[in-house]
Amino acid sequence: MSSPFLEAVSLSCERDWRLLFEKLDLSLLPGQMLQVAGPNGSGKTSLLRLLAGLMQPTAGEVRLSGRPLREQRAELARNLLWIGHAAGIKGLLTAEENLAWLCALHRPASREAIWQALAAVGLRGFEDVPCHTLSAGQQRRVALARLYLEAPPLWILDEPFTALDRHGVAQLEAHLSAHCTGGGMVVLTTHHSLTERPAGYHELDLGQRAA
Amino acid sequence: MSNVFALLFRREARLLCRRPAELANPLVFFAIVIALFPLAVGPESQLLQSISPGLVWVAALLAVLLSLDGLFRSDFEDGSLEQWVVSPHPLALLVLAKVLAHWVFSGLALVLLAPLLGLMLGLPASTLPVLLLSLLLGTPVLSLLGAVGAALTVGLKRGGLLLALLILPLYIPVLILGSGALQAALQGLPAAGHLLWLASLTALSVTLTPFAIAAGLTISVGE
Repeated sequence: MSSPFLEAVSLSCERDWRLLFEKLDLSLLPGQMLQVAGPNGSGKTSLLRLLAGLMQPTAGEVRLSGRPLREQRAELARNLLWIGHAAGIKGLLTAEENLAWLCALHRPASREAIWQALAAVGLRGFEDVPCHTLSAGQQRRVALARLYLEAPPLWILDEPFTALDRHGVAQLEAHLSAHCTGGGMVVLTTHHSLTERPAGYHELDLGQRAA
Repeated sequence: MSNVFALLFRREARLLCRRPAELANPLVFFAIVIALFPLAVGPESQLLQSISPGLVWVAALLAVLLSLDGLFRSDFEDGSLEQWVVSPHPLALLVLAKVLAHWVFSGLALVLLAPLLGLMLGLPASTLPVLLLSLLLGTPVLSLLGAVGAALTVGLKRGGLLLALLILPLYIPVLILGSGALQAALQGLPAAGHLLWLASLTALSVTLTPFAIAAGLTISVGE
């Protein structure tokens, strides 16, 4: 059997002399969705940052296609879409300018594609409004519009549902599920339980591991 | 790859233009510090003229330092830096574009303002080209070296003072060469030697500091 796309082997993470988790194993195959759950401060965000290569683990390693992550930086960068808690949206730039730059970092998108993505997240008519005038939920939608553009297979999303209204949550759940069904992979943290789950859904509860 | 460089430069320029107050602050600071000296020392032109090389350079150095504290802060806080780190482009290239844009809007403006202030200090017009050229070569070094400190202190809540302590000692060679060039010009000596040394420092910092800045940012983001 071929090695999983993304894999963590006996991963430990320590922050400020506090052990968040240790000897954590997980693997992610195409088509799977992993929801990381757990109480506040249990290391959900840290785990996501480890998987995205933003942080180095205290012990253990993250592997991409069976090889250590630090040898695979370019490979990871090509395949990863990371939206952190702070999503990289500049308040002084308009929604379109923000998206155009974030796309250019990975693969440039046309103006039409960006407008379509903004329309898909319900921001038609807000394309040229500076983002600091948008509400928190609308700003989150600008960040999430990246998921509707030509996107790489692995999505790592930290609290993507924050500040979204009920309709936005349902729409995003459906979109994530469709991405997994199409062979993509999603790792996300959220506190609410997903109603729409793809076939490859599984959950990792960091709170229960510690107990 | 160079496309991303140009795009980032444009984006930074756009951001800076939408926050004009932040751009003006270092310039106003530079002008006021220099304007204070004739008031404090007295209008005796001989004395002012002899201390003016050091004066212009110290003021320029502090103005650059003042503008650098927030260089990466907003990018750090709104998650832009994370996006840069996970992108397939080399981080060193991205930070070079960022610092270059910052220099064009703050450092270059300072260079253009300097001759006016030089005249105010009683510098003879014949020394103004040397003043311009030395600042033109020296301020990019100040921006790039300062960006290394800014990258290392970006995660700290109050990094401003630490930044000054880290970076000011590194500014000494630039200060000596820059004010030395002006001093030489003031005494009617050739300033080419000083300027060539400054140019070599510029070349060195443009090629090497982006890697140090990128390493500093990777550490700050990984904390």
